[in-house]
Amino acid sequence: MHADPIGVLTGAHFIDGDHACSEGAIAAGCRFVAGYPITPSTEVVERIAERFPFVGGVFIQMEDEIASSIAIQGAVWGGKKAMTVTSGPGFSLMMEHIGLAAMTETPCVFVDVQRAGPSTGLPTMPAQGDMMQARWGSHGDYQIIAIVPNSPQECFDLTVHAFNLSERYRVPVMMMMDECVGHMIERVVIPSADKIEVHNRKVYDGPKESYRAFETGRDLIPSMVKAGDGYRIHVTGLTHDEKGYPDMSVSAQGKLVQRLMDKIRIHADDIVMYKEEDVEGADVVVVSFGITSRTAIPAIEQARAKGLKVGHLRLVVVWPFPEKRIRELAGKVKSIVVPELNMGQIVYEVERCAAGKCNVVSVPHAGGTVHQPKDILAAIEKSLRGT
Amino acid sequence: MPEELYDIETTIPSNPIEEFLRMDRMPHIWCPGCGIGTTVNCFVRALQTSGLDLDKVAVVSGIGCTGRVAGYMNLDSFHTTHGRAIPFATGLKLANPGLKVVVYSGDGDLTAIGGNHFIHAARRNMDLTVILINNMIYGMTGGQAAPTTPVGATASTTPHGNFEETFNLPFLAESCGAVYVARWTAHHVRHLTKSIKEALAKKGFSFVEILAPCPTLYSRRNKLGDGLDQMEFYRDNSEIKNGADTKSVTLDFQGKITVGKFVDKERPTYIEAMNQHYQKKFGDRYVPSDEIRKLSHAQE
Amino acid sequence: MPRNEIKIGGFGGQGVILSGYILGRAASIYDSKYATMIQAFGPEARGSACSAQLIISDEPISYPYIVAPNVMVLMSQEAYSKFTPELAPGGILLTEEDLVVTHNLRADVRHFSIPATRIAEELGKRLVLNIVMLGFATALTNLVGRDAARNAVKVSVPKGTEELNFAAFEKGYEYGLQLLKKEPEKILA
Repeated sequence: MHADPIGVLTGAHFIDGDHACSEGAIAAGCRFVAGYPITPSTEVVERIAERFPFVGGVFIQMEDEIASSIAIQGAVWGGKKAMTVTSGPGFSLMMEHIGLAAMTETPCVFVDVQRAGPSTGLPTMPAQGDMMQARWGSHGDYQIIAIVPNSPQECFDLTVHAFNLSERYRVPVMMMMDECVGHMIERVVIPSADKIEVHNRKVYDGPKESYRAFETGRDLIPSMVKAGDGYRIHVTGLTHDEKGYPDMSVSAQGKLVQRLMDKIRIHADDIVMYKEEDVEGADVVVVSFGITSRTAIPAIEQARAKGLKVGHLRLVVVWPFPEKRIRELAGKVKSIVVPELNMGQIVYEVERCAAGKCNVVSVPHAGGTVHQPKDILAAIEKSLRGT
Repeated sequence: MPEELYDIETTIPSNPIEEFLRMDRMPHIWCPGCGIGTTVNCFVRALQTSGLDLDKVAVVSGIGCTGRVAGYMNLDSFHTTHGRAIPFATGLKLANPGLKVVVYSGDGDLTAIGGNHFIHAARRNMDLTVILINNMIYGMTGGQAAPTTPVGATASTTPHGNFEETFNLPFLAESCGAVYVARWTAHHVRHLTKSIKEALAKKGFSFVEILAPCPTLYSRRNKLGDGLDQMEFYRDNSEIKNGADTKSVTLDFQGKITVGKFVDKERPTYIEAMNQHYQKKFGDRYVPSDEIRKLSHAQE
Repeated sequence: MPRNEIKIGGFGGQGVILSGYILGRAASIYDSKYATMIQAFGPEARGSACSAQLIISDEPISYPYIVAPNVMVLMSQEAYSKFTPELAPGGILLTEEDLVVTHNLRADVRHFSIPATRIAEELGKRLVLNIVMLGFATALTNLVGRDAARNAVKVSVPKGTEELNFAAFEKGYEYGLQLLKKEPEKILA
């Protein structure tokens, strides 16, 4: 399907990442947004509030992030595509409802414009410290998808993609921006509506009597109906059976949780997204994501100027993690360098996949600004010592 | 057992409320003497006479004993997280305003952990019917104190007696802007049924508080007898005062219970206010959602 | 054109951010270049000294922050004191003549000034000072072309004020060209 032209501002714009994210959501067909103001994400909802009265959308500023993160789920079961937008402290408050969305297979998008934490931290400055929280923040076992843009253009493109993945896999998708990308103004080209691919949830339209809300085929993804269609659905955060009814048994728990994990795992090859440059034949590969993928570039260029063979792998989708590819690379290169605007999070995933086959070097940064390329360069050089 | 007794069972006619319940989920989890089932019965009777299309009625619950109501209703039903039934219902209503959205949950769920959402939904006049079962305790988790536990009552987390002031819920709801506020007990089944029916017919934030016995955890701990004793207490100590000033309806430990319809007024709902505002501001440039447009046409 | 780093400084209400925005928009939308603008946020951004940071380049911009600006446009004394030490060797400094006294200026700096406030006042609106500065900067650097800048002004200023802003832009641009004729050796970014 293509985007509904009513919401698509086709043309070249000079806008920031937050606004580009809003436009991406509108182009993707999002027509319900609930949010609570928090720096540096506020511009996303401000633009949504400005635009929604003209595109058939409903925006509501809720009383807090907890309310926002479940109001969107009510809206999704009412038939809308919906998102909420926040930053670190608000993201922390939303964790329970990420679990609810995972458990009830409610497609929705959570935008986290990351700032430096913990706690109130540096509200106006960037970080990438919520990457593990995005994956593991809610209790219990579940899978989500997390996407990391590195420019306003990608804030547009990947927000559309976030909605598409969410709809296809009926899973909450985290759009993990950061303050730098969110407030950075660059050219954003919005294509015409017929060039924007939009995916919608699989809808059940069979006989009412035989509808089982959480029954799936081999793709492990149930088809959906909405409230008011006469199916008399029941949706619960309790462990449930295929009908959606609570089932307080070990076997129901095992079956459900296994499927929630597997429905992402079996589709991981389709979901995983990374961009590689000069990785073949490299001695060192820099694995980066988001804004850090841009600060790594001057460092990589300087290293190459010194004669080092350096490749670059940028994670666009961070969760699910491209395990296969990192495992493969670890067998070929001498070292992997992982700069990130946190004290070391994704580097542990890289280490896990590398499994000792190559040197893995972390380039941590507590956030507040971006890396100095010289720090990444130093890590590249250091990573080759002793290999 | 004589054989004819087996036959008796097969001749029991089906209960008229069965079609409103998910009978494949029976038996329910509620204790003998619990008041929640009685309120569900009243809710069903109210639905029966409401004229509502049941395919367009959704029930949203939080967590707790009353939170299980959603799971038993043969309607579109959502059993959400603790305290968050109202914001879920808010999203559902705004997305699909043709639905009648009923929030059915307990005192702890709606006014402790969910208190913030309660007051803001009332302030916005969000078009929801909120049915709150007040058993003065957290039942599901074993009888801990709630914001509704009366001073002097004992709960598992107030083993030496409660000294915290309680919420006067009708006063809270009214002062936050609810357009319909009533209180009944599980004893007042006819009044309650009528009241729920009125609340369902009301546009905007309507609120019905229902006192219901929790014999297992509240009555027993406070030496108030069983469920029947509590019902008798409600019968003997309730005073119907329609239109009473909600400031005056605070509940004391085993004191008089003021019941009745306290508030019934009109003001624009959230959706009406939004529509009116944008229509005035933007005229034809305003594009409401398809669902909101259909609804406003239907109302014109 | 290599990577150019531009810092525009002044005090709140002078349209500092808008002038940076227009310059970036001119480059990236109307001149087919790349531009990245970073906004300074927070309580510190609401004080007297405010600034816009902009990078303009023919190549995609990787590192998004400015490191050593080679062009500075300053409209207040405080911005001058605070920011000029960052100016790259041989950088271009453009100042508002009446608002900035350039004391202890490094010898390597190529400095030009313009009485932009007076020019704006002559046009009837002191507010367009930033657009006068923008015209001035367009003339004295090769960051963006004149047409690109004018196009960006047109779509960025409030509706109904386009003519006034064009006039402001042209005054600043002309003033810059005149200075260039006097000191052509001082050019360019």
